[in-house]
Amino acid sequence: MLNCRQATELMSQEQDRPLTLVERLGLRLHVWICAGCNNYRRQMGILRAACRRFGSGGTP
Amino acid sequence: MDLDRQRELNALRPDLLRFARLQLRDAGAAEDAVQETLLAALTGSHRFESRSSYKTWLISILRNKIIDTIRSQSREVSASSLAADEAGDDLLDDALFDRRGHWQDSATPGRWADPEASFEQQQFWKVFEACLDRLPAKTARVFMMREFLGFETDEICKEAGISSSNCWVVLHRARLGLRTCLETNWFAGAET
Repeated sequence: MLNCRQATELMSQEQDRPLTLVERLGLRLHVWICAGCNNYRRQMGILRAACRRFGSGGTP
Repeated sequence: MDLDRQRELNALRPDLLRFARLQLRDAGAAEDAVQETLLAALTGSHRFESRSSYKTWLISILRNKIIDTIRSQSREVSASSLAADEAGDDLLDDALFDRRGHWQDSATPGRWADPEASFEQQQFWKVFEACLDRLPAKTARVFMMREFLGFETDEICKEAGISSSNCWVVLHRARLGLRTCLETNWFAGAET
């Protein structure tokens, strides 16, 4: 069973490489039962969206 | 109607300079990249309806100049200097996770309300820049190569002279630090 520290590592890596099946299943299970990591995963998506915006000069 | 180019360039110059400095962390190199961008912009014949589309175009030129600079300084981000960044990482780790690797109560990530609304606020981007600036220099460089300049991790490894697993660790550290800074300094206060 993954702990939160390990889950955050995978949630970062899924932005950079395809996770293995075992990693995906482990992460899915962890995020399902862990509200903090569930929020963290959304935050990774928001962070990437913010970076896209900033990196393309689309900020107000 | 065409923009008054010279005036617009002067107005946008500080934005361009901040953007370059964040990524190059070298005032001289940033100044050079911006100068080259302005030169290219003045000789270009594109027409723009608004300042925002003009800014987007300038940033895209500047991004390429930054990429060129990074490529010409290849391997400047050495493994040893990345190791120096790691001292602060352990402190952050202890603040966020307990000994079993679970979130500390006070550090459990919250829900970020309405990020799109935040993106429309200039104040959000000030906080965002400040948080980027607070990342250790080499960590920030690798992160921005990935997220702003669109490098694939393979290429970052090559340019930075580090292994891919090391690259993933560095990117993870950057994201962890950045989201923690944003949560503390923006989203935690914005919750209703």
